[in-house]
Amino acid sequence: MEQKIQALREEMAQRISQIQSKETLASFWQDFLGKKGSIAGLMKGLGAVPKEDRPAMGKFINDFKVQVEEKYAALSERMEQMELQARNRREAVDITLPGVKRPTGSLHPLTLVKEEMIQVFAGMGFDIFEGPEIEDDDHNFTRLNVPKDHPSRDMQDTFYLDQEWLLRTQTSGGQIRVMDRQKPPIKVLVPGRVFRSDSDATHSPMFHQMEGLVVDKGITLCDLQGMLDRFVQQLFDENVRTRLRPSYFPFTEPSVEVDVSCFECGGKGCSLCKHTGWIEVLGGGVVHPHVLENCGIDPSVYSGIAFGIGIERITMLKYGINNIGLLFENDLRFLEQFKEA
Amino acid sequence: MKVPYSWLKEYVEIDLTPEELQEKLFSCGFEVEELIPLGGEISRVVVGEVLACEPVEGTHLAICQVNCGEFGEKIQIVTGAPNVYTGMHTPAALDGATLPGGVKIAAKPLKGIPSNGMMCSGEELGLNEDLYPGAEVYGLLDLPKDTVPGTDIRDVTGLNDCIFDISVTANRPDCQSILGIAREVAAVLGKELKMPATDYTMTETTVPGLEIRVDAPDLCPRYLGHAVRNITVGESPRWMRRHLALCGLRSISNVVDITNYVLLEIGQPMHAFDMDQLQERKIIVRRAVNGEKIQTLDEKEFTLNSENLVICDGNRPVALAGIMGGLNSEITEETTQLLFEAAKFARDNVRKTSRSLGQSSDSSARFEKGISEYTTELGMARALHLIQELNCGEITSSAFDCSAGASREGKRFTASLKRINAILGIEVPAEEVLRILKNLNFEVAREGDILQVTAPRYREDIEVGEPDLAEEVIREYGYGHVTPTFLKAATVTSGGKTPAQMRRDRAARLMCAQGYNEICTLSFYADADLDALKIPEDVPERNVLRIQNPISEKLAIMRPLLAPSMLNIVVENLKKGNHEGRIFEISNVYLPGQEGNAPEERAHLGFAAFGDAEDFFTVKGSLEALGESLGIQFSVERAEDVSYLHPGIAAYLVCEGERIGVFGKLANEVTAELKLHKDSKANYQIYLGEIDYERMMSHAALSVRYRPISAFAPVVRDLALTVAEEIPCGALMSEITRACPSVSDVELFDVYRGEQIGEGKKSMAFKIRFEAGDKALTPEEVDRFIKKILGNLKFKLGAEIR
Repeated sequence: MEQKIQALREEMAQRISQIQSKETLASFWQDFLGKKGSIAGLMKGLGAVPKEDRPAMGKFINDFKVQVEEKYAALSERMEQMELQARNRREAVDITLPGVKRPTGSLHPLTLVKEEMIQVFAGMGFDIFEGPEIEDDDHNFTRLNVPKDHPSRDMQDTFYLDQEWLLRTQTSGGQIRVMDRQKPPIKVLVPGRVFRSDSDATHSPMFHQMEGLVVDKGITLCDLQGMLDRFVQQLFDENVRTRLRPSYFPFTEPSVEVDVSCFECGGKGCSLCKHTGWIEVLGGGVVHPHVLENCGIDPSVYSGIAFGIGIERITMLKYGINNIGLLFENDLRFLEQFKEA
Repeated sequence: MKVPYSWLKEYVEIDLTPEELQEKLFSCGFEVEELIPLGGEISRVVVGEVLACEPVEGTHLAICQVNCGEFGEKIQIVTGAPNVYTGMHTPAALDGATLPGGVKIAAKPLKGIPSNGMMCSGEELGLNEDLYPGAEVYGLLDLPKDTVPGTDIRDVTGLNDCIFDISVTANRPDCQSILGIAREVAAVLGKELKMPATDYTMTETTVPGLEIRVDAPDLCPRYLGHAVRNITVGESPRWMRRHLALCGLRSISNVVDITNYVLLEIGQPMHAFDMDQLQERKIIVRRAVNGEKIQTLDEKEFTLNSENLVICDGNRPVALAGIMGGLNSEITEETTQLLFEAAKFARDNVRKTSRSLGQSSDSSARFEKGISEYTTELGMARALHLIQELNCGEITSSAFDCSAGASREGKRFTASLKRINAILGIEVPAEEVLRILKNLNFEVAREGDILQVTAPRYREDIEVGEPDLAEEVIREYGYGHVTPTFLKAATVTSGGKTPAQMRRDRAARLMCAQGYNEICTLSFYADADLDALKIPEDVPERNVLRIQNPISEKLAIMRPLLAPSMLNIVVENLKKGNHEGRIFEISNVYLPGQEGNAPEERAHLGFAAFGDAEDFFTVKGSLEALGESLGIQFSVERAEDVSYLHPGIAAYLVCEGERIGVFGKLANEVTAELKLHKDSKANYQIYLGEIDYERMMSHAALSVRYRPISAFAPVVRDLALTVAEEIPCGALMSEITRACPSVSDVELFDVYRGEQIGEGKKSMAFKIRFEAGDKALTPEEVDRFIKKILGNLKFKLGAEIR
């Protein structure tokens, strides 16, 4: 019996060394631990062992069985591991292959800049009003203090639809519409499309403006500069400042051009600011009392400031776009760059 | 506005460099767009005295020894000029010199003879006869003998001047002249202004029968006429020729030059008629008769109408008022007596006539900007003074002044110092205010806070009240004094976008999430763009708003649809080799107003998708995703009647029974005509869509409300159905949903056609989800549902389970 077991031990070692797969492991189990396996055979042969030796021999066989089972369990674990590794190897992918994606689109750069500007002013308590693009003479000119024969009607060549209707040349008409329906305090932004009969390398017959208006008691020119300082600092860089210089618009008096210190060179002079240290960004001024009167607001009680910003200009400055045409060509190679924004 | 520095200095004492003056002008509202140095590029060109001059035999050359003062007392220069002589003073360009146009001069031998520079003609220095006498002589410029050798040639020839090109804002027509700018310079520097002389003496002679009448005082509020006799037409003096030349004008004759000179100096357009050509010795200012003709000085003929103002003699127009004189009364060398005209014409009328006839001049440009009557009076007086100064005529007593009766005084008003400061937000000391206004020629008397102000007559832009004075004060006091305050006194307001504005932003972002790139296209295009989409002539979209004065026929109508704009951008992208992409725009379309109402602007959502990856369902899917995010449930209806879409691959989007938009594949016949490469056209997958944005959003969910989630897992069953080919998927799906309230979702996962199914049939397999909400469904219950669904499908659509 002991010899048999010794022989089995040797056979087992031999078999174990050959086990490479679950199948050979299964047949190993069958051959040693199965119902008809060698160990079961040993158990059956126990009957032939003298009675007094049986318990010891039984234990001896059992110990052997436990040994085999342990071996089996370890092997089985190893097989699982190997199979898992093999599977993992099989399933491995080339992680450098391109990903599958549904590309997202981008908002237009003009929209991005418009939104950014709105956010700054909304934070200062401005409402946003969008007036009609087709305006009448009254809102676009007359009530903005542009008399019939005034040369400023020449400054902006207007597209006319008929005697009565024209395409607005400025978002300033929004001022009138707002003041007609709302009395001070007023803080409003009027963004939108405007149209002028102008088309060349630096002009598009359609472009975008944003008008801003504040009407309240005690509003001054100092407030205009203070407010615009905040605006340009949030839009460009916290170190920039504004400079006012005299200009002319019929709806403001005094009127100013507003320059911002160059955010590229810090005012030292570079190609962006044409070596002046300053970049012209917008126009504004103190609201002309006639404009207030035209909207039923008493200029002896209230005063206001207004400004108009060209969105294209700011967009071009902000993104370093050197040709206004790019904004309207809508080349996807251009548009897709603004996903990052 | 071009202002020569030397001319400006005749009226104001200026001790600043041109750059310093530029800075001053900028600060008070006059931007110098360009500062043009007259002899800008010239360097190392000095006065040379020819000490010796030896002709070289067999050539036209001469070897000269030239004294160039500190640059060398005996420099050998070879010249080919015929007029060189010993003792001549002439410009010498030294080795390393630069001439106008960037021409470089270097020492190099001429025909083997060493030459250390070049002697120059007037022309080579950019001079002409008007700028410098003798400049156009053939050969070297012969300088006066009192010029010192070695002196910079620019100092000798007046090329050390510079021109300020100044941008004048529309409210300051009074600054459209040398004198006007001089007034501003005097004010900002606090210097005295030397007025040009305007005195003259009239003889007692009158021109018998001469008569001037203004029949249209609304278009001509002031007309001055003055007759001058015994004219001697001749050359103008040097100083006048030089002044004109600096401003780019060529001298013509003394009389013509006087009118041009007054225009530049005073800003008053002048005209001179040859009196002998004025029939009946009459001047009548009137509206033209329809069909009346005039030939202007430049020999162009115009047919006029009653909108045009003309100056006529007894019978015919002799000038197009404010724009140009007539050829028939032009000053010639034979002219012996003339009539000067100085007038004020209504600026909008001059502008309209100039535009409609396409004829303009320096005069019309001035009149369009606006002329004050002060300028008209000053201009006439100055012209007459110059006649006398140039001694080229006799000023008669035949002077006419037709006036519509405007005041001859400056505007008077009272203003409060406090209010001026309230506008500015700073305290400008009262003395400063008074000093500034006085410098600007305002008459001011102060009583405490109140100022009694009289504006100068030429300042027609000044309106009664403080704002104008505030502007005058701050532009002189300096904008640097403004101290930024952040809406110090303003009421706090909440601000921000309205819910509708925020929804629109969200809709745009959702389109981006579906891969669409936002585009920005012009609001106008051409009829041809509608033609390209085969939009029929008789549909409402063809009733478009037209621009009366488009910049081009391509941009002549306000768009009634976004689709043509979308297609144009797709085509442009394909041309550039962008083979696929998605684009969208939320923008207005424009429709004529109903019965005298304002034109209508409606926001539309236009979009396009193109490229191999796109088909009807990728686009439909993107819209379904948009709808889900906005809480809008669409259904589709076949759209067979949209001219630009494929009748079999197009659908209306329907929301609660209302059509809100349409999308589909671009119609084959439209694709065929696209301006794209022919071979590839057949393969283009272009999908277009247009949705009425407002209408769509009227169906959107305005807020989210939580719906309880069932605690029980749903039961999912697959169902494969065989139906006739023409039964649409949508019909099966809605029938499945309708047959059983516990169906929470139906999803198509397979379509099969083949022999096993039979001709004209298809098999569609659906995944159906059942949920009961408050309880678990038993398999038996679900079996019952399936049975009911199958029964309905068979009865209504002839569907069989496969």
